[in-house]
Amino acid sequence: MTQVQLAQGQAPLLAVRDVSVVFGGIVALNGVSFDMHKGQILGLIGPNGAGKTTLFNCLSRLYQPSSGDILMEGVSILSRPPHRISEIGIGRTFQNVALFPNLSVMDNVRVGTHARTSSDIISDSLKLAWVRRSETSVNEKVHEILAYLDLEDVAHTIVSGLPFGTQKRVELARALAADPKILLLDEPAGGLNHEEVHVLGDLIRRIRDDRHMTVLLVEHHMGLVMSIADHVVALNFGRKLAEGTPAQVQADPDVIKAYLGSKDQ
Amino acid sequence: MSAIENVAPEDQPVEAVPKRAMTIGSGTSFVVLLLLLIVPLFAKNFIIFQLTMLLIYGLAVLALNILTGGSGQFSLGQSAFYAVGAYTTAVLMEHLNINYALTLPIAGLVCFAFGFLFGQPALRLSGVYLALATFALATAMPQLLKLNFLEHWTGGVQGLVVTKPDAPFGLPMSQDMWLYYFTLAITLAIYIFSVNLLRSRSGRAFMAIRDNEIAASAMGVDVALYKTLAFGVSAGITGVAGGLGAIAVQFVAPDSYTITLAISLFLGMVVGGVGWLPGSIIGSAFIIFVPNIAEGISKGLSGAVFGVLLFLIIFLVPHGARQIAIVGQQLIGKLRKN
Repeated sequence: MTQVQLAQGQAPLLAVRDVSVVFGGIVALNGVSFDMHKGQILGLIGPNGAGKTTLFNCLSRLYQPSSGDILMEGVSILSRPPHRISEIGIGRTFQNVALFPNLSVMDNVRVGTHARTSSDIISDSLKLAWVRRSETSVNEKVHEILAYLDLEDVAHTIVSGLPFGTQKRVELARALAADPKILLLDEPAGGLNHEEVHVLGDLIRRIRDDRHMTVLLVEHHMGLVMSIADHVVALNFGRKLAEGTPAQVQADPDVIKAYLGSKDQ
Repeated sequence: MSAIENVAPEDQPVEAVPKRAMTIGSGTSFVVLLLLLIVPLFAKNFIIFQLTMLLIYGLAVLALNILTGGSGQFSLGQSAFYAVGAYTTAVLMEHLNINYALTLPIAGLVCFAFGFLFGQPALRLSGVYLALATFALATAMPQLLKLNFLEHWTGGVQGLVVTKPDAPFGLPMSQDMWLYYFTLAITLAIYIFSVNLLRSRSGRAFMAIRDNEIAASAMGVDVALYKTLAFGVSAGITGVAGGLGAIAVQFVAPDSYTITLAISLFLGMVVGGVGWLPGSIIGSAFIIFVPNIAEGISKGLSGAVFGVLLFLIIFLVPHGARQIAIVGQQLIGKLRKN
């Protein structure tokens, strides 16, 4: 693996370079570029159909961009299959929660460590000593994360029976279990009430500070993005509309027009 | 976020089984093991033979359970893997004079490879389509075994006669009884390995794929690899069962391994409870003994009686033996409290 060690400073952790995605004749993303720096919380906003989720899926390698490049620490991620994204430090959650519904909370989070551990079916079947050691350290780590996210009480509960808000937290725990450098959160506030959104915002900031993570927040909920993001990128119809601090983006006339419409529409 | 509620997992959909519930407690295991050890001592040879077949089909159902209950892939082609295992053992024993016990790991490996390779094209299919593809495999297998250029090895339509081994070290045991204990030892070993496997990182990967492929892949699980591995493991265990079956029946012929066998194994899995490994032996008992019971009720209409019995079971306990086990467990729990 060619992990290029870049000089500290301006070099972005993740760079989106001129990414376009075309489905049939529809241009879902049109030459979008932006940088993410270490420790940042970057909010990606835009109305429905703006291309947020498309971009998100390019980052998690579910879609292949038609052109452009995505660089993680200076190395393109586009030749990697989706299952080899978490090992380079990109973790994600899903828009409508994509847990393993029949597994316990603990097992869900254990699966999160998959990319950071190794095993083979023979050693696993025989429960060899090194497999047991690896499982012990996995369990320690999982317990640490569950404690961190206040999920210990439900550790052995099957996730499909948990309330939606708790499921979202389990998903976050699962993503954290892989020790990501970048956490991609796809509409984490969706389906949460006002109070829960507030708690979530605090939690995201806390995770960034405690665990030294960089967060990409794709979000509909403007209040959340504006309150916790350091940097905001606004998309509309697959193009980048504006970029800057939350205040700058909020004041941008194009953004206001995209969200509220203009007189001549 | 909302307060944590501890929701009891009782009303779970049972299509897929949570990991902890895949096995039984040590007390129950001990009783079952004791029965399996003692009963043959007081049984006639024919009963012992039937018990051997119970274990062998139990293994084959267990293998399907790992594939379907574990990784969420359907197969109606298990008879093909069973046939390959049976023929591998028969050919090695009768043509190459290899010891019967040594033929079993070879049969397992051959079938693992076969299953792993079959899993490759099967990757593109899921659900009913995968079931159909495996169905095609099961339909083709008896004909493949009859092919002319294989006849020297397989014996063509006539099949091969397999010699039943004697008990070693001059043990005072009938051939049937020795084979029973030999099969029991292998079954136990494979059962323990399977439980270990499903509780391990690999097993979690299987179940993650079963529950959500995209999420599994985002967590770093190589979906294609683990799906084919599940096919390989399942085929490998079925192959060992097939090999044991060939030794127990002392005969292999193409038409012993038709789609009917595959459907029986599928039935066994459903009756035992999909994804519940101990249920495999109960499912196996169902496919061995219930047709006989049906025949006892009505000779002419045995098929119809079997159908009615099966219908009743599916209607009353849709989740198979596992459901009964859970109800039993709850009853014992309540009794203990009182």
